[in-house]
Amino acid sequence: MIVIDTLQKRYGKTVAVDGVSLHVPAGELFAYLGPNGAGKSTTIRILTGLTRLSGGTASLGGCDIQRNPIGAKRQCGVVMQHVNLDNDLTLAENMDIHGRLFGMDAADRAARTAELLGYVELADRAGNLVSTLSGGMKRRLMIARALMHRPRILFLDEPTVGLDAEIRRRIWGLIKKIQNDGATVFLTTHYIEEAEFLADRVAFLDRGSIRALDTPAALISRVGAWAFDRLTDTGMTTSYFPDRDSARAAAAADGEGHTLRRVNLEDAFLTLTGKTVR
Amino acid sequence: MMLHGLGAVYLREMRILKRRLKRHLLGMAVSPILYLVAFGTAMGAEARFDGHTYLEFLLPGLAAMTAMTQSYGTATEINIARFYLHIFEEFQAAPISNVAYVLGEVLSGITRALIGVALILGLGAATGVVLLPGPWFWLAVVLNAFVFASLAVFLAMIVTGHGDQALLTSFVITPMAFLGGTFFPLDRLPEWAQAILHLLPLTHAAQAMRADVFGQAPQAMHFVILAGVGAAVFALALASVGRARD
Repeated sequence: MIVIDTLQKRYGKTVAVDGVSLHVPAGELFAYLGPNGAGKSTTIRILTGLTRLSGGTASLGGCDIQRNPIGAKRQCGVVMQHVNLDNDLTLAENMDIHGRLFGMDAADRAARTAELLGYVELADRAGNLVSTLSGGMKRRLMIARALMHRPRILFLDEPTVGLDAEIRRRIWGLIKKIQNDGATVFLTTHYIEEAEFLADRVAFLDRGSIRALDTPAALISRVGAWAFDRLTDTGMTTSYFPDRDSARAAAAADGEGHTLRRVNLEDAFLTLTGKTVR
Repeated sequence: MMLHGLGAVYLREMRILKRRLKRHLLGMAVSPILYLVAFGTAMGAEARFDGHTYLEFLLPGLAAMTAMTQSYGTATEINIARFYLHIFEEFQAAPISNVAYVLGEVLSGITRALIGVALILGLGAATGVVLLPGPWFWLAVVLNAFVFASLAVFLAMIVTGHGDQALLTSFVITPMAFLGGTFFPLDRLPEWAQAILHLLPLTHAAQAMRADVFGQAPQAMHFVILAGVGAAVFALALASVGRARD
């Protein structure tokens, strides 16, 4: 569904995306995980037509983004990291304009608006101005708007950034529901737990390049099954073990001041990229 | 197919305009009222040009200037959409052509210009100067607005922020407003100055509109120049939309 081959984006001497290649099959929820400035948003902006690529190729649903940009754009919906709604229009008007841009007829626009605002639990606010919504509501409206034209691919760029824990979990539920309804979802995030909870596969992105790509479980198993964290004078160090017994034995030999726990995706990220997610 | 999406771009602008219409009309009226009072009533009460009062002379010029400023105001709306609301991304990510986008914005600029000119004519009537514009007057308004709305889209696409936009307005629109035959008859200037000022599209709009309301047939040259400049700037606007992608 999404095929990217040696994608590159340069801004002068700065390389934002450096030869990324990947294939996301239909129906998959794919997470692109990396620190701020890793190139996550730039990749989405290239794929959705907001930024020109410097090299490589990409196609969405079989449409090359350079040779057939209109065909590629028809395939996808996009929710940007920042809010990009019309504050002076109502929720329904924002949905309606989007439907018109994608060539939907009046009856379909009205029906789809009612359906999707119900889907994101904003049906009772349809006639309100967007400027009256909270941050979480705006984020849900952006997701509803992106789904308006029934895209086969949904790009979500940091969909829960800046939201509180409760709203974040509601949006996670919504994203899972969208995947279950048949869409391919390409998600960028720097929240590791978000990728671990939602994604079928995760790519670790750092300085514009993919450092590792696999299922969350497979990425975690590359590091180990159990870990213990030890506080030292210079900070915290973590050791990884294939099973609980060996981790417990090492911890016992170490003495006091440690924590024994299961390995998670953050451990995999730190180990495989040598970085921290900021 | 090429124009698919044009309606969405235009309708969005019109819905926003409708929601802000009262404020917008008040804003549109402030400058013309000040010009009417300062130049028309206070300074030019006794002056006559070719048998017309200064207010009669001034009003078509003010209408031309308003058509220019209102259609050029599209640049501010696009600027807000690009750099503040980021709604421009909706258009960039939508399967619409650059022609549809630019035409939608230009048509909204022309609509704003027509509303502004109607307001000027109303203000003139309120001060006792009733002008009866004919089709040539309105054609000049539309062509003038076509030029400046296209210019607005072009400049809004190549600027990198609000500051650049304000700078361009100061250098392009403000001099044109004062030198484009709005406030004084150009034939009182030296020939070299007239030649320079005839390079400005607003000069041709003002002269065509003034001729029409004074019951004369405007020169065809005015319309040809406005249409030609408009087509050239529209082409620049089209070319610039793709460049707005970073």
